[in-house]
Amino acid sequence: MKPHTLSVLVENKAGVLSRVTGLFSRRGYNIESLAVGICEEPGMSRITIVCIGDDAGIEQVMKQLNKLIDVIKVSDLTDNERVERELALIKVNAEPGTSRAEIMQLATIFRAQIIDVAAKTIILSITGDTEKIDAFEKLLRQYGVKELVRTGRISMLRGSKVLKGGK
Amino acid sequence: MKTGAKILVEGLQREGVGTIFGYPGGVVLPIYDELYDSSLRHILVRHEQAAAHAADGFARASGRVGVCLATSGPGACNLVTGIATAYMDSVPIVAITGQVPTSLLGNDAFQESDITGITLPITKHNYLVKRTEDLGRMLREAFYIAGTGRKGPVLIDIPKDVSMKSIEYEHPGSEPVTLRGYQPTLRGHAKQIDKALEMILEAEQPVIYAGGGVIASDASEELVRLAETLVIPVTTTLMGLGAIPCDHPLNLGMLGMHGTRSANYAVTESDLLIAIGARFDDRVTGKLDSFASHARIIHIDIDPAEIGKNKKVDVPIVGDVRSVLQDMLAKLQKKKSYDRWLARISGWKEKHPLQYVSDNSLRPQYVVEQLSGLLKGEGIIVSEVGQNQMWTAQYFCFRKPRTWITSGGLGTMGYGFPAAIGAHFACPDQVVFDIAGDGSFQMNIQELSTVASNNIPVKVAILNNRFLGMVRQWQELFHNRRYSFTELPSVDFVKVANAYGVDGIRVDSCEEVVPALKAAIETDGPFVLDFRVEREENVFPMVPAGAAINEMIGGQQG
Repeated sequence: MKPHTLSVLVENKAGVLSRVTGLFSRRGYNIESLAVGICEEPGMSRITIVCIGDDAGIEQVMKQLNKLIDVIKVSDLTDNERVERELALIKVNAEPGTSRAEIMQLATIFRAQIIDVAAKTIILSITGDTEKIDAFEKLLRQYGVKELVRTGRISMLRGSKVLKGGK
Repeated sequence: MKTGAKILVEGLQREGVGTIFGYPGGVVLPIYDELYDSSLRHILVRHEQAAAHAADGFARASGRVGVCLATSGPGACNLVTGIATAYMDSVPIVAITGQVPTSLLGNDAFQESDITGITLPITKHNYLVKRTEDLGRMLREAFYIAGTGRKGPVLIDIPKDVSMKSIEYEHPGSEPVTLRGYQPTLRGHAKQIDKALEMILEAEQPVIYAGGGVIASDASEELVRLAETLVIPVTTTLMGLGAIPCDHPLNLGMLGMHGTRSANYAVTESDLLIAIGARFDDRVTGKLDSFASHARIIHIDIDPAEIGKNKKVDVPIVGDVRSVLQDMLAKLQKKKSYDRWLARISGWKEKHPLQYVSDNSLRPQYVVEQLSGLLKGEGIIVSEVGQNQMWTAQYFCFRKPRTWITSGGLGTMGYGFPAAIGAHFACPDQVVFDIAGDGSFQMNIQELSTVASNNIPVKVAILNNRFLGMVRQWQELFHNRRYSFTELPSVDFVKVANAYGVDGIRVDSCEEVVPALKAAIETDGPFVLDFRVEREENVFPMVPAGAAINEMIGGQQG
């Protein structure tokens, strides 16, 4: 059992996401992370799904996904060289004074951006792989994280190879 | 200018649809108005579930796409069991539902239900048509998707304003449908076919395990030719009955939970299992680890997701069964003799025939045997679900594909009678029997009104034991005969039939069976036979749940 990153190219139509996620829950697979958005092909979207399973289970999920009429292509990126990113917005307690200065220092180290400053809080935006965001969030906890929003993971193969349509 | 309703009805006719099964309601009024003076025949059922089953029965008997129509909300929801039944058995139907107007969608409007959401897991695909401009295209896609690849049900949900609106529309004629996300593989991979043929030559004890995919792809001829050329015995699943004639010397009969001993022994002892259009269902395999555990496996299936789903496969071949078998036959050069294996199998067949107690009491197996003898392989046999289904599978001699229609995967009680109605419209010259139990028949008994008012000559043979027999059997065997809610009160089905205007006979003894069956066959219209059979008869042999398929109980005398 290990996390697999699946890239699913779909028709950009109403209801496609529920077809895809419904299939996971129906067949008993948990989605760890999900990100969806338009892509380079007009009329298509790309869904990146991270789910945990053994190889046979993931193979079955991929075959079942392929059966959906609105799914154009399914690729398992797990064993390929790839880049991955997530984005998080973190609203953290930052009373003017030492803690605010410390947080700003941490932000610099992690290359996070301060995107909102209020009297008692600031909002930080950070992108990176899962581990980096986890580490940053952990460090901020001591100041009091008021709210945290994270996107799902997105993933792309390194090099010139691309994932195009066509089953 | 054409309304959506007109585009729909004309579109159905362009797909070659002659008969649809339906039930009217508020939001399908524009469609029903269009049907009023259309040449498309509409059969009014008495419950929408029956419309879905009738469309399914039509599809199974004819090999073409069946169509049902219902209104929104309760009408659409009543189709659900029928759609799920078709989905589990890969039957091509197009279900058309009305929907509340687009302006009210999502408003909890009167008779609104999210039927595309509800049927998401039980359709091959579904559509909510939001613009009249899309209706014609979606209808064509629906038929294409339902009837190609691994077949299955497709639902089209049409809001009332979409069917009312008029637009300029021209049918694209025979222009092929193309979908970038749907391109089923039909031809088997040549190298895989070569590998399979090599493996067949290496085997000493091969068995062919043929399923419903052989029927669905009209590959019975190819299957029999392959078996005869290679001289390899064949066992079929419940869904595969009729793919090879019952009395063919290479036929082992059905395998699995209520299969023959010879079929189950042969699969257990085999060193090569050639699975053709079958999906290793739990009712077939029993304990999975022990199923064909000494065998290498070749699996031919149109659905790549079925390959390796339950059992590891040595040679997968994805493709249409018929096309793959044709390629295999064309490539066959060498063959070998499996004489010793065939001799062992003959021994099992001789030693373990299907049998039941033959005395003076009226036994359900006897009724099925007599009907089989009278029809001599002609006619279409539909069953309900439970003991009636298993006895029919065991004791009716099926000689041709598409003459056996039953709900296998979902096991839907109440399926048989409406499916028989559908089968009649597919094959109007064939005599159609629904072999029923008293429990199942009462699940769609209201269709007596449909057969009466349309004079649909479907014959219902009720094996009436006043029990939910299969559940009672399990209670007898595994729950200390504690018959919890399985006993049914006696119903006078002849009187019920008469009340609807249908003739019927009650049969209490063996001598009356053949004359009664003859009377039913000779009657021009529908007929109900109420066979008062031995109440606690069991279906044997039986593989208890969780056991290996060679660990059968019952069905042997002495």
